[in-house]
Amino acid sequence: MSSGHDARDRIARLLGPGEPEVTCEQCFELLDQYVDLELAGHDADARLPGMRAHLAGCPACHEDHESLRDLVRRT
Amino acid sequence: MSVLLTSPGRGASRRTYARPRVSSSAADADLARAGRSQALLDGLRQVGPAHDAAVAELHGLLLRGAHHELGRRRSALAELSRDELEDLATQAADDALVAILAKLDTFRGASRFTTWAYKFVLLEAGVRARRRAWQDREVALDDTSWRRLADPAPGTQQEVEDAALLRATVAAIATALTPHQRRVFTALALNGVPIDVLAQRLGTTRGALYKALHDARRALRRALADAGYDLHDHGHDGGAT
Repeated sequence: MSSGHDARDRIARLLGPGEPEVTCEQCFELLDQYVDLELAGHDADARLPGMRAHLAGCPACHEDHESLRDLVRRT
Repeated sequence: MSVLLTSPGRGASRRTYARPRVSSSAADADLARAGRSQALLDGLRQVGPAHDAAVAELHGLLLRGAHHELGRRRSALAELSRDELEDLATQAADDALVAILAKLDTFRGASRFTTWAYKFVLLEAGVRARRRAWQDREVALDDTSWRRLADPAPGTQQEVEDAALLRATVAAIATALTPHQRRVFTALALNGVPIDVLAQRLGTTRGALYKALHDARRALRRALADAGYDLHDHGHDGGAT
């Protein structure tokens, strides 16, 4: 077990975002809209509340988000 | 499922958003992409040769998306041959195509059609990749590694406080969680088991497991708050599986 920032990062990862968030199913439903808003320079978090917190707390949805944003940006 | 803690803003899905100012060349490229995306959607909604051509074009896009996803995970899939990777990509593209055609009438235009379509194949490819990477690995469901969380030798004041919080977290894991919550929390949050892998092993869904994880985290936060800990500094920005 490490200490300092590692310990705080670990605590944060364990306890999750601690904010209202959408479910995995709702995240998938909204993910395309969220990414297009982000890439168009809009405030996606304000338009789709609960997405940012879920992406912070769910590693799989977080990866899906990163991958989709990267792919759309390249195409 | 009842996890929704806030409205996802469904009304927003039908809005038209004003675009920020961008350079004309970027705007032209953006317009061209939007045009191709709309043409593809129009083709899929037709019948006959136009539909078939659109399906073939969409499958090509999905294959590209699948390779994009598998490429991001190449280190976890290093043992796979080129043919096995190609098979994985093709399976993901095929299944995504079926899902997209079945759900085509639900597309409401809240995003570009190609963005909507890509998310299906990234999900299919991502799930397959995670499961493939873990297929020979054991997932210990009665793992008690959470008991070893607390740092036994902190130094600075911050480290002392963090260690105390970790010890309190360990105590809360033992007392505030149900056995199911403890198993899910330990596998996902502590041991980094991908949620799709755990879902497959337990015969459940990503959503159901995340609900259990969410409930476990909420129970831990409540127990720690009751014990006098201020958790406002402890949020994070996601991570990899």
